[in-house]
Amino acid sequence: MRRGPSAFNIAAIVLGMGFLYLPIVLLVIYSFNESRLVTVWGGFSTRWYVSQFQNEQLLAAAWVTLRVAFVSATLATILGTLAALGLVRAGRFRGRTLFSSMTYAPLVMPEVILGLSLLLLFVSVGVARGFWTVMIAHTTLTLCYATVVVQARLVSFDEALEEAARDLGAPPWKAFALVTLPNIAPAVAAAWMLAFTLSLDDLVIASFTSGPGATTLPIRIYSAVRLGVSPEINAISTLLIGLVATGVIAVYLLNMRRRTAAP
Amino acid sequence: MSVTGAPRPRRPWKGLGRPRGQPSSEARAAYAPFLWLAVFFLVPFLLVAKLSLSDVVLAIPPYAPRLDWSQGLGGVIAFVRALDFDAYARMGQDGLYLAAYLSSLKFAAVATVILLLVGYPLAYGMARCRPSVRQALLMAVILPFWTSFLIRVYAWIAILKPAGLLNMALAQIGLPPVDILNTDTAVYIGLVYAYLPFMVLPLYAVLERQEAGLLEAAADLGCTPLQSFWRVTFPLSIPGVMAGALLCFIPMVGEFVIPDLLGGSGTLMLGKTIWTEFFSNRDWPAASAVAIVLLATLVIPILLFQRQQTKMMEQR
Repeated sequence: MRRGPSAFNIAAIVLGMGFLYLPIVLLVIYSFNESRLVTVWGGFSTRWYVSQFQNEQLLAAAWVTLRVAFVSATLATILGTLAALGLVRAGRFRGRTLFSSMTYAPLVMPEVILGLSLLLLFVSVGVARGFWTVMIAHTTLTLCYATVVVQARLVSFDEALEEAARDLGAPPWKAFALVTLPNIAPAVAAAWMLAFTLSLDDLVIASFTSGPGATTLPIRIYSAVRLGVSPEINAISTLLIGLVATGVIAVYLLNMRRRTAAP
Repeated sequence: MSVTGAPRPRRPWKGLGRPRGQPSSEARAAYAPFLWLAVFFLVPFLLVAKLSLSDVVLAIPPYAPRLDWSQGLGGVIAFVRALDFDAYARMGQDGLYLAAYLSSLKFAAVATVILLLVGYPLAYGMARCRPSVRQALLMAVILPFWTSFLIRVYAWIAILKPAGLLNMALAQIGLPPVDILNTDTAVYIGLVYAYLPFMVLPLYAVLERQEAGLLEAAADLGCTPLQSFWRVTFPLSIPGVMAGALLCFIPMVGEFVIPDLLGGSGTLMLGKTIWTEFFSNRDWPAASAVAIVLLATLVIPILLFQRQQTKMMEQR
């Protein structure tokens, strides 16, 4: 579709983007508010940020969340890449329909159902809920996102290249590691990032599957939010938004440069 | 020379060079994720189904019967005999469940329509921009998706609450204050806000691929811009509309965070019902029964969504 945007198109874009960003911008602005009353501007201050770094409960929760996100994103990316390989390359195999259903369903499945069902599994097996159960739950959720991201890249990759490597005598794993993997690496990295942020973000599944020792940051934030708006939550939210936005934009610019640098 | 023997067949005759019945190395690669999903996705659903047939008891875990393997086959039979449809019967008798069910569907359906009305012009406008601008706009739509859902919903509380930013702005221009937080309106605002990227991305994907030549041809044949939109652009974008609608509708039916934080005590949604039954009432069989009913309702949309995903992946 070409032809320049009309006035109507521009209005739609401006309004849409305004709607998407205004709440976030307001939240960030009011995190620097001196006043405890969230809607009264009392001057610029970073005091709520300073108090965040002295809140030990919050720091502990942040540490748990980062660890869960790191381990589950790594595991989900490995499993997701394998699943994508199976779905794109293996042609027909027994159980394929069941397999592809299981990989797409969690994308849209309401989180309460996923959380509840995993909790019942952990209870019936009799494991104590904590770090590992949240990690497993998040891997199950993010595995599907990772699969879709890698799969999208894999379908456009010419398999003949890997076949050539195999014809020249490389064993399958080596042909994959030396030919295919470098080619799909940006998608694998994007899958990891997505899995990591989804895990950082998740409240519902973590609430079902975590135990007393493994309170994650979203669970802490949620219990604080239920008590009302506070500048502390604004500050921690701004930190999280800044962290994720920096990461996403960095990956985006990196990909842009690689694309323009390629011959 | 080759260690692995004969040259490999190319697609679509893949697999012919292998001994019969032996899976390819790619199929074997899928074993690990397959096993993972079977254990942590499929089995848990069977457990939910089983639990929805159990009874509530005051114990830890708070349900009966429990399968006693030490009793051997007799234990299994006793276990199966003790299962019943009590949780479902209670759901049928209590009007609150039915109300929550219908209102969940209503919230999700109405929000999906609003999302289409808001998302379509945005995606359309984006697709008409220059490629460099398009990339930046696409990034701008994706970015909120990466930032925390919880935080984005929370941001609306400060705006909508009685002494919030919206009423402050209204007072500035001399309008009376509105009371939106903890109403259904707030839930709609939250749903549309949180799911907008999910609607815009599939729409943008189909609109961006459309040939400009199609519209020129329509114009040459005497269509007004509005006519060519309804006769050419929109019909061609139906797959995107379907994908966006499913991607939003299905999770919205079971949404918990938005009705919980923005809705009032009168806002009934199934996601909230499951949460309350589970955490507050500790009625695990009831929570499971609600989850099963929710799932049964969503099976058809989920299957539609899967078919479309598979088709899209194979079309590339």
